[in-house]
Amino acid sequence: MKLNINGEIHDLDLADDIPLLWVLRDQLQLTGTKYGCGIAQCGACTVHVDGRAIRSCVTPASTLEGKEIRTIEGLEGNAAQAVQDAWVADDVPQCGYCQSGQIMSAIALLEANASPSEDEIHDAMRGNLCRCNSYARIRQAVKNAAAARTEGA
Amino acid sequence: MDPNEGVATRSISRRAFVSGGSALVLGVSWLGCAPGAKRTPNLVKSNEDPLTPRPAQPAPATRAATPARETFAPDAFVRISTDDTVTVVAKHIEMGQGPYTGLTTLVAEELDADWSQMRVVAAPADHDKYKHVHWGVQGTGGSSAIANSYYQMRNAGAAARQMLVEAAAAQWNVPPAEVRVSRGLVVHLDSGQSARFGELVAAAREHPLPENPRLKDPDEFVFIGRELPRIDSAAKSDGSAKFTTDAYRDDMLNVVIARPPKFGASVTSFDASTAEATAGVVAVREVPEGVAVYARDTWSAIQGRRALSVEWNEDDAETRSSEQLLALFRRAAETPGLDAARRGDVDATIAEAGLREDTYVAEAEYAFPYLAHASMEPLDALIEVDPESDGSGVLVSYGCQGPGRDHPAIAKALGLPLDKVRLEVLMAGGSFGRRSQHDSHFANEIAHVFAAQPGQPADRRPTKLLWTRDDDIRGGYYRPMVVHRLRGAMQFDGTLLGWDQTIAAQSFVDEAKRRDGIDRIVVEGASNLAYGTRHLRVSQKIVDVGVPTLWWRSVGHTHTGFAVEAFIDELLEGVGGDPVYGRLRLLTEKPRHHAVLTRVAELANWGRKPAEGSAFGVAVHESFGTVVAQIVEVQEAETPVRRPRVSRVYCAVDCGVAVNPNVIRAQMEGGIGFGLGAALYSEINLEPGGRVREGNFDRYRNLRIDDMPEVDVAIIASNEDPSGVGEPGVPPIAPAVADAWRKLTGERAKRLPFVRNV
Repeated sequence: MKLNINGEIHDLDLADDIPLLWVLRDQLQLTGTKYGCGIAQCGACTVHVDGRAIRSCVTPASTLEGKEIRTIEGLEGNAAQAVQDAWVADDVPQCGYCQSGQIMSAIALLEANASPSEDEIHDAMRGNLCRCNSYARIRQAVKNAAAARTEGA
Repeated sequence: MDPNEGVATRSISRRAFVSGGSALVLGVSWLGCAPGAKRTPNLVKSNEDPLTPRPAQPAPATRAATPARETFAPDAFVRISTDDTVTVVAKHIEMGQGPYTGLTTLVAEELDADWSQMRVVAAPADHDKYKHVHWGVQGTGGSSAIANSYYQMRNAGAAARQMLVEAAAAQWNVPPAEVRVSRGLVVHLDSGQSARFGELVAAAREHPLPENPRLKDPDEFVFIGRELPRIDSAAKSDGSAKFTTDAYRDDMLNVVIARPPKFGASVTSFDASTAEATAGVVAVREVPEGVAVYARDTWSAIQGRRALSVEWNEDDAETRSSEQLLALFRRAAETPGLDAARRGDVDATIAEAGLREDTYVAEAEYAFPYLAHASMEPLDALIEVDPESDGSGVLVSYGCQGPGRDHPAIAKALGLPLDKVRLEVLMAGGSFGRRSQHDSHFANEIAHVFAAQPGQPADRRPTKLLWTRDDDIRGGYYRPMVVHRLRGAMQFDGTLLGWDQTIAAQSFVDEAKRRDGIDRIVVEGASNLAYGTRHLRVSQKIVDVGVPTLWWRSVGHTHTGFAVEAFIDELLEGVGGDPVYGRLRLLTEKPRHHAVLTRVAELANWGRKPAEGSAFGVAVHESFGTVVAQIVEVQEAETPVRRPRVSRVYCAVDCGVAVNPNVIRAQMEGGIGFGLGAALYSEINLEPGGRVREGNFDRYRNLRIDDMPEVDVAIIASNEDPSGVGEPGVPPIAPAVADAWRKLTGERAKRLPFVRNV
């Protein structure tokens, strides 16, 4: 089957039920997307499908033909730039393992809602666990990224 | 099935073979660094495979030490290249706590380098070069990375600086004393000559390594104490940071292990026929840890494991439930055990106090559950025939926190001499203690799955071993279950007359290694009670349970900090004392405690009335040489579950010299969230029969962003040598919240977590 990943069409021979996560990682070595739980509880595997944040560990790759899949390696656009800049400027990451997923969730949020309230940030981000508990900086970085885009617009 | 079969048919895209890019060498280019200024880090990425040793890395003992010609490598820690980059070899693993940045800062400081030229690589296992200064073996833990490296890394920077100065002075024919170094430039003002570090590489190599180079006085510091950005933030914000799990090899096997359902159970027999018929599965082998499934990719390995049927021998298994175990611990704590600290006559003092009218006597019990570490990256490792060997060597690469223990363990398990095994330490996706193992059980397991492959050792395929999240949560090595029982007497004027504390806990320290029978990490934080009292007994009862346990971020302080602080609150409340001033009165002999508590009270504006529906709580605790005090502002949340909601935390920390205030604040914030999540939600329960109830993040709950408070951190100015920051932020948060919760609801937290998982 053919999958559109980061704007590139990959012709892949896949098991029926294989989750997108393992196609990205084991077959394509797009390793920014991480395994954390396998049951959509931690968000480390978050990628975008048609612009929406989804958990690739429970999403069968076979359901994604014809859809646009985007991983942290293929980001573009000013929301992505603003979020990643804010992440670096605030030194959000500690161990860093969950941060690709955090960033993908944050970008999807800002693409859909340019000025989210704190509650809206929490709703969008509470599916992403960080065991280093960098949450205070994540929250601030999302706010900073939103502000930077609003000012830049 | 032969594991050498079955992979040639694997469908793989071109990209798998061409995208070997990595970022093992991290660096940041950062000019004009005003604190808080917007930064545009420029990560330097290597085109080499992440696990391939680089010229800038030290040569492992197994190979001839032939540093690349273009590099000046004065010692084990500093590499200066002709391109002006300075690479620090980090002897401590980066698992989020910040040593890549901190160790690099210490070298850059004494070298007078420019921050933009600094890079960092991980040191491999090399026990002579990279041993922990205090422990004598290589490893990371106890919040000691900066504390034990403070002079060592500064010396390394200062020695390299002196050699560059001597090289320049000789070239220019001027006295070395007239040569200065500033931001990566070596200059002689009178003659107007200057050189970059890279230009002096060849000449500097000819000069002897000075043994006692001059170190700066603290008032000369340029980088230490400054808000430097983390050196790894950019790579961790664009997906390019490489962890163990991100290593791929041609022909690699992925392994997961079917593990016993109860602690202490073992394999009786297994039927691998369905598993072996699963697409992608290459082999199934019994190993000491269970039944290993080898597959060409992770998903196939997981599917293969699901298809296994295994008979387990549970004769020696731990089958008691955690409720049964708790009852055992509670009984054990009812009477005093082996004394860890004793002075005066606490029994007589408390008995007598009970008869007096000016004294409050209290008794309390606090119970703590098993806790999993649940780092975001579960245990994983890559093991392969060392490509740099003649086929007889083995290369192991993983987020190893204790190379000093694990390296010999792997060699022994493989039946190889130590010099036939190379161990590369990779960046780890968290640990919180899980990757530092007294028994090297994971190191052994890595060796076992490699050795269980059929065929000659030299033909074995690269093997990546993964603990799935289920393995991680159900796999033991927990923070032990603990019960504290306390009795105490406080006079109405706030004098602490007597303190009697019994701690019933498991120990994973061999009896032979306990000093006078005391397991120091069971009683730490209680036996050295900060509050002054003439009559003290802190005793230990060790309970034997078949659940493997381990240190967990802040170790004994996770429970002693809570028990001590919660009980001092009970006593102060009983005599009508203020939680801050009452503590200060008892801390007159502890100036650092006194200072941080005073500082946090200022920060929180202690004494003001809390907002309607809010209450304040406080705690102070010393761990790993660092004293932390926290004041919390708490409300009662009703949805989705009734619990304390912590809106804000004020935190003051005295960790000696603040090498990097930015990292220190991050560690306080993270420690607070880590401790708060555990206090609110986390517990591992054994069901009747001994199975672990929680198996993933759905039931093993941790803090999420909507429960994360805002955190204000004040760092006490100090010129004392630095102490740790990775763990000390954890202990005060839970008792501070318990203090506020009591004021808010009248309820005392006697058993954690607040939200029981039933």
